[in-house]
Amino acid sequence: MSTTESSTKVVLGGTRGGPDVATLRQDRWWIQPVITVSILTAFVIYSTWAAFQNRYYYVGANVGRDLISPFYSPCIASDCVPGAKAGFAFNGWALSPALLILIFPLGFRLTCYYYRRSYYRAFWWSPPACAVSDAHSSYSGETRFPLIMQNMHRYFFYAGLVFNTLLTYDAVRAFRQPGLGYGVTVGTIVLVINAVLLWAYSLSCHACRHLCGGGVKSFKAHPIRYRFWKMLTPLNAKHMNLAWASLVFVALTDVYVRLVASGALTDYKLF
Amino acid sequence: MAEVTMRVWRGDANGGDFENYTVAQNEGEVVLDVIHRIQATEAPDLACRWNCKAGKCGSCAAEINGKPRLMCMTRMDTLPEGPVTVTPMKTFPIIRDLVTDVSFNFAQAEKVPALLPPPMPENGYVMFQEDVQRGQEFRKCIECFMCQDVCHVIRDHEGNKQHYAGPRFFIRYAELEMHPLDTNDRRDLIREDMGLGYCNITKCCTEVCPEHIKITDNAIIPLKERVVDAHYDPVAWLGRKIRRKTKRSASDAAVQPAP
Repeated sequence: MSTTESSTKVVLGGTRGGPDVATLRQDRWWIQPVITVSILTAFVIYSTWAAFQNRYYYVGANVGRDLISPFYSPCIASDCVPGAKAGFAFNGWALSPALLILIFPLGFRLTCYYYRRSYYRAFWWSPPACAVSDAHSSYSGETRFPLIMQNMHRYFFYAGLVFNTLLTYDAVRAFRQPGLGYGVTVGTIVLVINAVLLWAYSLSCHACRHLCGGGVKSFKAHPIRYRFWKMLTPLNAKHMNLAWASLVFVALTDVYVRLVASGALTDYKLF
Repeated sequence: MAEVTMRVWRGDANGGDFENYTVAQNEGEVVLDVIHRIQATEAPDLACRWNCKAGKCGSCAAEINGKPRLMCMTRMDTLPEGPVTVTPMKTFPIIRDLVTDVSFNFAQAEKVPALLPPPMPENGYVMFQEDVQRGQEFRKCIECFMCQDVCHVIRDHEGNKQHYAGPRFFIRYAELEMHPLDTNDRRDLIREDMGLGYCNITKCCTEVCPEHIKITDNAIIPLKERVVDAHYDPVAWLGRKIRRKTKRSASDAAVQPAP
Protein backbone atom coordinates (compact mmCIF):
# COMPACT_ATOMS: atom_id res chain seq x y z
CA MET A 1 0.00 0.00 0.00
CA SER A 2 1.47 3.30 -0.90
CA THR A 3 0.36 6.87 -0.71
CA THR A 4 1.81 10.00 -2.16
CA GLU A 5 4.63 11.22 0.05
CA SER A 6 3.43 14.02 2.28
CA SER A 7 5.71 16.98 2.67
CA THR A 8 3.58 18.43 5.46
CA LYS A 9 3.94 16.22 8.52
CA VAL A 10 1.27 15.73 11.13
CA VAL A 11 2.64 17.54 14.15
CA LEU A 12 1.16 16.55 17.47
CA GLY A 13 0.89 18.78 20.49
CA GLY A 14 0.98 22.54 20.41
CA THR A 15 -0.92 24.79 22.75
CA ARG A 16 -4.62 24.94 22.10
CA GLY A 17 -6.59 28.10 22.47
CA GLY A 18 -9.54 28.62 24.77
CA PRO A 19 -10.03 27.63 28.38
CA ASP A 20 -9.47 24.06 29.54
CA VAL A 21 -13.10 23.25 30.28
CA ALA A 22 -15.41 20.44 29.15
CA THR A 23 -17.58 22.77 27.12
CA LEU A 24 -18.50 26.41 26.63
CA ARG A 25 -21.92 25.55 25.27
CA GLN A 26 -24.70 27.48 26.94
CA ASP A 27 -27.69 25.64 25.49
CA ARG A 28 -29.34 22.62 27.11
CA TRP A 29 -27.23 20.05 25.26
CA TRP A 30 -27.94 17.44 27.93
CA ILE A 31 -31.64 17.12 27.06
CA GLN A 32 -31.07 14.81 24.11
CA PRO A 33 -28.92 12.30 26.05
CA VAL A 34 -31.44 12.32 28.91
CA ILE A 35 -34.32 11.52 26.52
CA THR A 36 -32.31 8.77 24.83
CA VAL A 37 -31.31 7.19 28.15
CA SER A 38 -34.90 7.36 29.42
CA ILE A 39 -36.49 5.72 26.37
CA LEU A 40 -33.84 3.07 25.81
CA THR A 41 -33.65 2.15 29.50
CA ALA A 42 -37.43 1.87 29.71
CA PHE A 43 -37.46 -0.33 26.61
CA VAL A 44 -34.67 -2.60 27.86
CA ILE A 45 -36.35 -3.04 31.26
CA TYR A 46 -39.75 -3.74 29.74
CA SER A 47 -38.50 -6.09 27.00
CA THR A 48 -36.35 -8.05 29.46
CA TRP A 49 -39.31 -8.42 31.81
CA ALA A 50 -41.60 -9.41 28.92
CA ALA A 51 -39.10 -11.89 27.49
CA PHE A 52 -38.85 -13.74 30.79
CA GLN A 53 -42.61 -13.85 31.44
CA ASN A 54 -43.23 -16.82 29.14
CA ARG A 55 -47.02 -16.31 29.27
CA TYR A 56 -49.72 -14.02 27.87
CA TYR A 57 -47.97 -13.76 24.53
CA TYR A 58 -50.68 -15.35 22.39
CA VAL A 59 -54.39 -14.75 21.97
CA GLY A 60 -55.87 -17.91 20.46
CA ALA A 61 -58.92 -19.72 19.22
CA ASN A 62 -60.59 -19.76 22.66
CA VAL A 63 -61.52 -16.11 22.13
CA GLY A 64 -61.69 -16.28 18.34
CA ARG A 65 -58.43 -14.48 17.68
CA ASP A 66 -54.95 -15.29 16.34
CA LEU A 67 -52.61 -12.65 17.78
CA ILE A 68 -49.01 -13.27 18.78
CA SER A 69 -46.60 -10.86 20.42
CA PRO A 70 -43.62 -9.84 18.25
CA PHE A 71 -41.33 -10.68 21.17
CA TYR A 72 -42.34 -14.33 20.88
CA SER A 73 -42.62 -14.79 17.13
CA PRO A 74 -41.58 -17.22 15.75
CA CYS A 75 -42.34 -19.34 18.79
CA ILE A 76 -39.83 -22.15 18.36
CA ALA A 77 -39.70 -23.75 21.81
CA SER A 78 -41.45 -27.07 22.34
CA ASP A 79 -43.56 -25.69 25.18
CA CYS A 80 -45.04 -22.81 23.20
CA VAL A 81 -48.79 -22.47 23.74
CA PRO A 82 -50.98 -24.26 21.16
CA GLY A 83 -51.62 -22.11 18.12
CA ALA A 84 -48.49 -20.01 18.63
CA LYS A 85 -46.05 -22.78 17.82
CA ALA A 86 -44.00 -22.40 14.65
CA GLY A 87 -43.41 -25.24 12.19
CA PHE A 88 -40.40 -26.56 14.10
CA ALA A 89 -39.34 -26.45 17.72
CA PHE A 90 -36.30 -26.72 19.94
CA ASN A 91 -37.00 -29.66 22.19
CA GLY A 92 -35.89 -29.42 25.78
CA TRP A 93 -35.67 -25.60 25.88
CA ALA A 94 -36.85 -24.85 29.39
CA LEU A 95 -36.69 -21.07 29.35
CA SER A 96 -38.90 -18.51 27.64
CA PRO A 97 -39.08 -18.98 23.84
CA ALA A 98 -38.47 -15.26 23.45
CA LEU A 99 -34.89 -15.76 24.58
CA LEU A 100 -34.22 -17.95 21.53
CA ILE A 101 -35.01 -15.24 19.01
CA LEU A 102 -34.59 -11.81 20.54
CA ILE A 103 -30.84 -11.77 19.92
CA PHE A 104 -31.52 -11.09 16.23
CA PRO A 105 -33.69 -7.95 16.48
CA LEU A 106 -31.60 -6.86 19.45
CA GLY A 107 -28.40 -7.30 17.44
CA PHE A 108 -29.88 -5.40 14.51
CA ARG A 109 -30.73 -2.42 16.67
CA LEU A 110 -27.54 -2.60 18.70
CA THR A 111 -25.35 -2.43 15.59
CA CYS A 112 -27.60 0.05 13.74
CA TYR A 113 -25.73 3.21 12.74
CA TYR A 114 -28.41 5.44 14.24
CA TYR A 115 -28.59 3.64 17.58
CA ARG A 116 -24.80 3.60 17.75
CA ARG A 117 -24.82 7.38 17.49
CA SER A 118 -27.45 7.56 20.21
CA TYR A 119 -26.00 5.24 22.80
CA TYR A 120 -22.40 6.31 22.26
CA ARG A 121 -23.59 9.79 23.08
CA ALA A 122 -26.11 9.07 25.81
CA PHE A 123 -24.66 6.10 27.68
CA TRP A 124 -20.95 6.12 26.89
CA TRP A 125 -20.54 9.89 26.72
CA SER A 126 -18.21 9.58 23.81
CA PRO A 127 -19.01 12.43 23.44
CA PRO A 128 -22.27 13.30 25.27
CA ALA A 129 -22.94 16.09 22.73
CA CYS A 130 -21.10 17.94 20.01
CA ALA A 131 -18.29 20.14 21.33
CA VAL A 132 -18.68 18.65 24.81
CA SER A 133 -15.64 16.75 26.07
CA ASP A 134 -15.45 13.01 25.76
CA ALA A 135 -15.73 11.35 29.18
CA HIS A 136 -12.82 8.97 28.51
CA SER A 137 -9.11 9.59 28.61
CA SER A 138 -8.33 7.21 25.74
CA TYR A 139 -10.33 6.27 22.69
CA SER A 140 -10.02 3.54 20.07
CA GLY A 141 -13.48 3.80 18.55
CA GLU A 142 -14.63 0.78 16.60
CA THR A 143 -11.16 -0.45 15.75
CA ARG A 144 -10.88 -3.16 18.42
CA PHE A 145 -12.92 -5.93 19.99
CA PRO A 146 -15.73 -5.73 21.03
CA LEU A 147 -16.78 -2.64 19.07
CA ILE A 148 -15.23 -3.90 15.85
CA MET A 149 -18.16 -6.34 15.89
CA GLN A 150 -20.36 -3.43 14.83
CA ASN A 151 -19.31 -4.44 11.33
CA MET A 152 -21.69 -7.39 11.69
CA HIS A 153 -24.61 -5.04 11.13
CA ARG A 154 -25.50 -6.30 7.69
CA TYR A 155 -25.89 -9.89 8.95
CA PHE A 156 -28.35 -8.74 11.55
CA PHE A 157 -30.02 -6.81 8.74
CA TYR A 158 -30.44 -10.04 6.77
CA ALA A 159 -31.84 -11.76 9.89
CA GLY A 160 -34.11 -8.77 10.43
CA LEU A 161 -35.63 -9.26 7.00
CA VAL A 162 -36.51 -12.85 7.92
CA PHE A 163 -38.15 -11.65 11.12
CA ASN A 164 -40.04 -8.94 9.26
CA THR A 165 -41.38 -11.57 6.88
CA LEU A 166 -42.54 -13.71 9.80
CA LEU A 167 -44.14 -10.76 11.57
CA THR A 168 -45.89 -9.81 8.34
CA TYR A 169 -47.22 -13.37 8.19
CA ASP A 170 -48.43 -12.94 11.78
CA ALA A 171 -50.16 -9.70 10.81
CA VAL A 172 -51.91 -11.40 7.90
CA ARG A 173 -52.92 -14.28 10.15
CA ALA A 174 -54.40 -11.78 12.59
CA PHE A 175 -57.20 -11.18 10.08
CA ARG A 176 -58.26 -14.77 10.70
CA GLN A 177 -60.66 -15.25 13.56
CA PRO A 178 -60.93 -18.97 14.33
CA GLY A 179 -64.57 -20.04 14.40
CA LEU A 180 -65.76 -16.60 13.24
CA GLY A 181 -64.25 -16.22 9.77
CA TYR A 182 -62.21 -13.18 8.81
CA GLY A 183 -62.35 -9.64 10.07
CA VAL A 184 -60.46 -6.65 11.38
CA THR A 185 -59.93 -6.09 15.07
CA VAL A 186 -57.90 -3.53 16.97
CA GLY A 187 -55.29 -6.27 17.39
CA THR A 188 -55.12 -6.80 13.63
CA ILE A 189 -54.41 -3.14 13.07
CA VAL A 190 -51.79 -3.10 15.82
CA LEU A 191 -49.94 -6.05 14.27
CA VAL A 192 -50.15 -4.56 10.77
CA ILE A 193 -48.78 -1.19 11.91
CA ASN A 194 -46.00 -2.99 13.78
CA ALA A 195 -45.01 -4.95 10.66
CA VAL A 196 -45.12 -1.84 8.46
CA LEU A 197 -42.93 0.14 10.87
CA LEU A 198 -40.41 -2.71 11.13
CA TRP A 199 -40.19 -2.97 7.34
CA ALA A 200 -39.77 0.78 7.02
CA TYR A 201 -37.06 0.79 9.69
CA SER A 202 -35.20 -2.10 8.02
CA LEU A 203 -35.46 -0.72 4.49
CA SER A 204 -34.27 2.71 5.63
CA CYS A 205 -31.15 1.10 7.11
CA HIS A 206 -27.79 2.35 5.81
CA ALA A 207 -26.61 -1.20 5.10
CA CYS A 208 -29.71 -1.78 2.98
CA ARG A 209 -29.07 1.44 1.06
CA HIS A 210 -25.51 0.34 0.40
CA LEU A 211 -26.43 -3.19 -0.65
CA CYS A 212 -29.23 -2.00 -2.94
CA GLY A 213 -27.10 0.44 -4.90
CA GLY A 214 -24.85 2.61 -2.76
CA GLY A 215 -21.93 0.25 -3.19
CA VAL A 216 -21.64 0.61 -6.95
CA LYS A 217 -19.03 2.79 -8.62
CA SER A 218 -21.25 3.83 -11.48
CA PHE A 219 -25.00 4.37 -11.30
CA LYS A 220 -25.16 4.53 -15.07
CA ALA A 221 -23.79 1.01 -15.31
CA HIS A 222 -26.35 -0.31 -12.77
CA PRO A 223 -29.67 1.39 -13.60
CA ILE A 224 -31.86 -0.98 -11.55
CA ARG A 225 -29.72 -0.69 -8.45
CA TYR A 226 -29.63 3.07 -8.98
CA ARG A 227 -33.41 3.10 -9.02
CA PHE A 228 -33.52 1.13 -5.74
CA TRP A 229 -30.92 3.48 -4.23
CA LYS A 230 -32.96 6.51 -5.28
CA MET A 231 -36.09 5.03 -3.71
CA LEU A 232 -34.35 4.18 -0.45
CA THR A 233 -32.42 7.43 -0.03
CA PRO A 234 -35.41 9.54 1.14
CA LEU A 235 -36.43 6.69 3.45
CA ASN A 236 -32.89 6.56 4.79
CA ALA A 237 -33.19 10.24 5.72
CA LYS A 238 -36.07 9.23 8.04
CA HIS A 239 -34.08 6.40 9.65
CA MET A 240 -33.95 8.09 13.04
CA ASN A 241 -37.71 8.65 13.20
CA LEU A 242 -38.40 5.12 12.03
CA ALA A 243 -35.94 3.69 14.56
CA TRP A 244 -37.79 5.31 17.45
CA ALA A 245 -41.28 4.69 16.08
CA SER A 246 -40.66 1.00 15.43
CA LEU A 247 -38.96 0.52 18.81
CA VAL A 248 -41.79 2.08 20.78
CA PHE A 249 -44.49 0.39 18.71
CA VAL A 250 -43.04 -3.10 19.01
CA ALA A 251 -43.20 -2.70 22.80
CA LEU A 252 -46.75 -1.32 22.60
CA THR A 253 -47.75 -4.29 20.43
CA ASP A 254 -46.46 -6.66 23.10
CA VAL A 255 -48.33 -4.67 25.77
CA TYR A 256 -51.56 -4.90 23.77
CA VAL A 257 -51.29 -8.65 23.11
CA ARG A 258 -50.33 -9.21 26.76
CA LEU A 259 -53.35 -7.28 28.03
CA VAL A 260 -55.74 -9.13 25.72
CA ALA A 261 -54.18 -12.52 26.47
CA SER A 262 -54.40 -11.95 30.21
CA GLY A 263 -58.06 -10.97 29.94
CA ALA A 264 -57.47 -7.39 31.10
CA LEU A 265 -58.60 -6.03 27.72
CA THR A 266 -61.04 -7.12 25.03
CA ASP A 267 -59.83 -7.09 21.44
CA TYR A 268 -62.73 -5.25 19.78
CA LYS A 269 -63.83 -6.30 16.34
CA LEU A 270 -64.11 -3.29 14.03
CA PHE A 271 -65.62 -4.96 10.97
CA MET B 1 -28.15 51.28 19.06
CA ALA B 2 -27.87 48.20 21.29
CA GLU B 3 -24.70 47.15 23.03
CA VAL B 4 -23.32 43.67 23.45
CA THR B 5 -20.60 42.20 25.60
CA MET B 6 -18.20 39.93 23.75
CA ARG B 7 -15.98 37.51 25.69
CA VAL B 8 -13.12 36.97 23.28
CA TRP B 9 -10.18 34.64 23.85
CA ARG B 10 -6.92 36.59 23.71
CA GLY B 11 -3.60 34.80 23.77
CA ASP B 12 -1.10 32.68 21.95
CA ALA B 13 0.96 29.54 22.51
CA ASN B 14 2.23 30.96 25.78
CA GLY B 15 -1.24 31.16 27.30
CA GLY B 16 -4.25 33.42 27.27
CA ASP B 17 -7.50 34.45 28.86
CA PHE B 18 -10.89 35.93 28.05
CA GLU B 19 -11.22 39.66 27.61
CA ASN B 20 -14.56 41.38 27.70
CA TYR B 21 -15.45 44.06 25.17
CA THR B 22 -18.70 45.97 25.28
CA VAL B 23 -19.41 47.37 21.85
CA ALA B 24 -22.29 48.57 19.73
CA GLN B 25 -24.40 46.10 17.83
CA ASN B 26 -26.54 47.07 14.87
CA GLU B 27 -29.56 45.27 13.52
CA GLY B 28 -28.71 42.43 11.15
CA GLU B 29 -25.07 42.19 12.10
CA VAL B 30 -23.14 38.96 12.31
CA VAL B 31 -20.47 38.01 14.85
CA LEU B 32 -17.68 38.91 12.43
CA ASP B 33 -19.05 42.47 12.14
CA VAL B 34 -18.83 42.88 15.91
CA ILE B 35 -15.34 41.36 16.02
CA HIS B 36 -14.29 43.89 13.36
CA ARG B 37 -15.83 46.68 15.46
CA ILE B 38 -13.71 45.53 18.41
CA GLN B 39 -10.64 45.66 16.15
CA ALA B 40 -11.61 49.14 14.97
CA THR B 41 -12.34 50.59 18.39
CA GLU B 42 -10.82 48.75 21.33
CA ALA B 43 -8.32 46.12 20.25
CA PRO B 44 -6.59 46.78 16.92
CA ASP B 45 -4.23 43.88 17.63
CA LEU B 46 -7.04 41.30 17.87
CA ALA B 47 -6.19 38.53 15.39
CA CYS B 48 -8.87 36.77 13.37
CA ARG B 49 -8.99 35.22 9.91
CA TRP B 50 -11.64 36.30 7.46
CA ASN B 51 -11.99 36.76 3.76
CA CYS B 52 -15.28 36.52 1.89
CA LYS B 53 -17.86 37.45 4.58
CA ALA B 54 -20.29 35.27 2.64
CA GLY B 55 -19.84 31.80 4.12
CA LYS B 56 -17.91 30.52 1.15
CA CYS B 57 -14.24 30.75 2.09
CA GLY B 58 -14.34 29.05 5.49
CA SER B 59 -11.69 31.37 6.94
CA CYS B 60 -13.62 32.77 9.90
CA ALA B 61 -14.44 29.46 11.59
CA ALA B 62 -14.36 29.80 15.37
CA GLU B 63 -16.33 28.61 18.36
CA ILE B 64 -19.24 30.84 19.29
CA ASN B 65 -20.80 30.09 22.66
CA GLY B 66 -18.92 26.80 22.56
CA LYS B 67 -20.07 25.57 19.14
CA PRO B 68 -18.03 25.64 15.92
CA ARG B 69 -19.57 28.18 13.57
CA LEU B 70 -18.63 30.60 10.83
CA MET B 71 -18.45 34.09 12.36
CA CYS B 72 -19.68 35.65 9.12
CA MET B 73 -22.81 33.49 9.01
CA THR B 74 -23.84 33.74 12.65
CA ARG B 75 -26.30 36.57 13.16
CA MET B 76 -26.05 38.27 16.51
CA ASP B 77 -29.83 38.26 16.92
CA THR B 78 -29.91 34.45 16.81
CA LEU B 79 -27.70 34.18 19.90
CA PRO B 80 -29.17 34.11 23.42
CA GLU B 81 -29.14 37.20 25.64
CA GLY B 82 -25.96 37.87 27.56
CA PRO B 83 -22.26 37.91 26.74
CA VAL B 84 -21.22 36.13 23.57
CA THR B 85 -18.21 33.85 23.95
CA VAL B 86 -15.82 33.60 21.00
CA THR B 87 -12.87 31.21 21.14
CA PRO B 88 -10.54 29.72 18.52
CA MET B 89 -11.14 26.22 17.17
CA LYS B 90 -10.15 23.89 19.99
CA THR B 91 -8.73 20.99 17.97
CA PHE B 92 -5.89 22.93 16.38
CA PRO B 93 -2.91 24.69 17.96
CA ILE B 94 -3.41 28.38 18.54
CA ILE B 95 -1.33 30.95 16.66
CA ARG B 96 -2.89 34.03 18.17
CA ASP B 97 -6.31 35.02 19.53
CA LEU B 98 -8.87 33.47 17.14
CA VAL B 99 -6.34 32.20 14.62
CA THR B 100 -5.29 28.55 14.67
CA ASP B 101 -2.72 26.47 12.82
CA VAL B 102 -4.75 24.11 10.63
CA SER B 103 -1.77 22.51 8.88
CA PHE B 104 -2.86 19.09 10.22
CA ASN B 105 -5.48 19.20 7.50
CA PHE B 106 -3.00 20.03 4.77
CA ALA B 107 -0.87 17.05 5.83
CA GLN B 108 -3.93 14.81 5.57
CA ALA B 109 -4.84 16.29 2.19
CA GLU B 110 -1.44 15.36 0.80
CA LYS B 111 -1.93 11.73 1.82
CA VAL B 112 -5.02 11.25 -0.36
CA PRO B 113 -4.14 9.06 -3.37
CA ALA B 114 -5.39 10.94 -6.38
CA LEU B 115 -7.90 9.86 -8.99
CA LEU B 116 -6.42 7.17 -11.21
CA PRO B 117 -8.46 6.88 -14.41
CA PRO B 118 -8.06 4.05 -16.91
CA PRO B 119 -6.24 4.76 -20.21
CA MET B 120 -8.13 7.29 -22.31
CA PRO B 121 -10.51 5.55 -24.70
CA GLU B 122 -10.68 6.69 -28.32
CA ASN B 123 -13.78 8.81 -27.84
CA GLY B 124 -12.58 10.25 -24.54
CA TYR B 125 -13.86 9.77 -21.02
CA VAL B 126 -17.61 9.77 -20.55
CA MET B 127 -19.22 10.45 -17.19
CA PHE B 128 -22.98 10.42 -16.80
CA GLN B 129 -25.06 12.94 -14.91
CA GLU B 130 -26.22 10.44 -12.27
CA ASP B 131 -22.62 9.81 -11.30
CA VAL B 132 -21.66 13.49 -11.45
CA GLN B 133 -24.47 14.42 -9.07
CA ARG B 134 -23.39 11.92 -6.46
CA GLY B 135 -19.97 13.45 -5.98
CA GLN B 136 -21.22 17.00 -6.36
CA GLU B 137 -22.42 17.15 -2.77
CA PHE B 138 -18.88 16.55 -1.53
CA ARG B 139 -17.48 19.25 -3.81
CA LYS B 140 -19.45 21.85 -1.86
CA CYS B 141 -16.92 21.59 0.98
CA ILE B 142 -15.39 25.00 1.71
CA GLU B 143 -12.67 23.58 3.96
CA CYS B 144 -13.60 25.57 7.03
CA PHE B 145 -12.45 22.51 9.01
CA MET B 146 -15.23 22.86 11.54
CA CYS B 147 -16.05 19.17 11.04
CA GLN B 148 -12.47 18.35 11.96
CA ASP B 149 -12.68 20.72 14.92
CA VAL B 150 -15.83 19.18 16.37
CA CYS B 151 -14.81 15.54 15.79
CA HIS B 152 -14.12 14.20 19.28
CA VAL B 153 -11.70 11.60 17.91
CA ILE B 154 -9.06 14.31 17.55
CA ARG B 155 -10.66 17.11 19.56
CA ASP B 156 -10.39 15.14 22.79
CA HIS B 157 -7.57 12.73 21.89
CA GLU B 158 -4.62 14.55 20.37
CA GLY B 159 -2.68 11.32 19.76
CA ASN B 160 -5.29 10.12 17.28
CA LYS B 161 -4.20 12.79 14.82
CA GLN B 162 -1.42 10.44 13.76
CA HIS B 163 -3.78 7.81 12.41
CA TYR B 164 -7.07 9.57 11.70
CA ALA B 165 -7.88 11.57 8.61
CA GLY B 166 -11.12 13.13 9.92
CA PRO B 167 -14.52 13.82 8.35
CA ARG B 168 -13.34 16.42 5.84
CA PHE B 169 -11.06 13.86 4.23
CA PHE B 170 -13.52 11.02 4.50
CA ILE B 171 -15.78 12.96 2.14
CA ARG B 172 -12.81 13.31 -0.21
CA TYR B 173 -12.13 9.57 -0.01
CA ALA B 174 -15.84 8.87 -0.53
CA GLU B 175 -15.94 11.08 -3.59
CA LEU B 176 -12.98 9.25 -5.10
CA GLU B 177 -14.26 5.79 -4.15
CA MET B 178 -17.60 6.61 -5.80
CA HIS B 179 -15.99 8.05 -8.92
CA PRO B 180 -16.82 5.83 -11.92
CA LEU B 181 -13.49 6.57 -13.62
CA ASP B 182 -11.30 5.84 -10.61
CA THR B 183 -9.40 2.55 -10.56
CA ASN B 184 -7.67 2.99 -7.20
CA ASP B 185 -8.97 0.92 -4.32
CA ARG B 186 -8.46 2.86 -1.09
CA ARG B 187 -10.40 0.62 1.26
CA ASP B 188 -7.38 -0.88 3.00
CA LEU B 189 -5.81 2.54 3.30
CA ILE B 190 -8.98 4.06 4.75
CA ARG B 191 -9.32 1.26 7.26
CA GLU B 192 -5.73 0.88 8.36
CA ASP B 193 -3.99 4.23 7.96
CA MET B 194 -6.79 6.78 7.84
CA GLY B 195 -8.61 5.38 10.88
CA LEU B 196 -12.15 5.09 9.58
CA GLY B 197 -12.89 2.71 12.45
CA TYR B 198 -12.25 5.48 14.96
CA CYS B 199 -15.35 7.29 13.79
CA ASN B 200 -18.27 6.27 15.99
CA ILE B 201 -20.83 8.08 13.86
CA THR B 202 -21.93 10.65 16.41
CA LYS B 203 -22.76 12.92 13.47
CA CYS B 204 -21.31 16.09 14.97
CA CYS B 205 -19.50 16.75 11.68
CA THR B 206 -22.83 16.76 9.87
CA GLU B 207 -24.37 19.03 12.51
CA VAL B 208 -21.76 21.78 12.12
CA CYS B 209 -21.24 21.66 8.34
CA PRO B 210 -22.13 25.12 6.97
CA GLU B 211 -22.72 23.60 3.51
CA HIS B 212 -25.14 21.02 4.97
CA ILE B 213 -23.19 18.13 3.49
CA LYS B 214 -24.50 14.84 4.85
CA ILE B 215 -21.01 13.83 5.85
CA THR B 216 -21.98 10.85 7.97
CA ASP B 217 -24.86 9.43 5.96
CA ASN B 218 -23.46 9.99 2.47
CA ALA B 219 -19.72 9.64 2.98
CA ILE B 220 -18.58 8.00 6.22
CA ILE B 221 -21.20 5.27 6.48
CA PRO B 222 -20.89 4.34 2.77
CA LEU B 223 -17.12 4.11 3.32
CA LYS B 224 -17.65 1.90 6.36
CA GLU B 225 -19.93 -0.31 4.28
CA ARG B 226 -17.27 -0.55 1.57
CA VAL B 227 -14.76 -1.64 4.21
CA VAL B 228 -17.27 -4.26 5.38
CA ASP B 229 -17.53 -5.45 1.75
CA ALA B 230 -13.79 -5.91 1.63
CA HIS B 231 -13.05 -7.31 5.08
CA TYR B 232 -16.05 -8.48 7.06
CA ASP B 233 -18.47 -9.95 4.56
CA PRO B 234 -17.83 -13.58 3.55
CA VAL B 235 -20.82 -13.48 1.19
CA ALA B 236 -19.25 -10.61 -0.74
CA TRP B 237 -15.89 -12.43 -0.71
CA LEU B 238 -17.55 -15.57 -2.09
CA GLY B 239 -19.33 -13.53 -4.74
CA ARG B 240 -16.03 -12.04 -5.88
CA LYS B 241 -14.42 -15.48 -6.03
CA ILE B 242 -17.28 -17.00 -8.01
CA ARG B 243 -17.34 -14.13 -10.45
CA ARG B 244 -13.53 -14.03 -10.42
CA LYS B 245 -13.87 -10.33 -9.87
CA THR B 246 -10.68 -9.46 -8.08
CA LYS B 247 -10.35 -5.96 -9.44
CA ARG B 248 -12.33 -4.48 -6.57
CA SER B 249 -10.82 -6.70 -3.89
CA ALA B 250 -8.97 -4.55 -1.40
CA SER B 251 -6.40 -7.22 -0.74
CA ASP B 252 -5.65 -7.72 -4.40
CA ALA B 253 -5.71 -4.17 -5.66
CA ALA B 254 -3.13 -1.83 -4.24
CA VAL B 255 -3.61 1.89 -4.00
CA GLN B 256 -1.49 3.56 -6.60
CA PRO B 257 -0.20 7.09 -6.44
CA ALA B 258 -1.26 9.59 -9.00
CA PRO B 259 0.65 9.43 -12.29
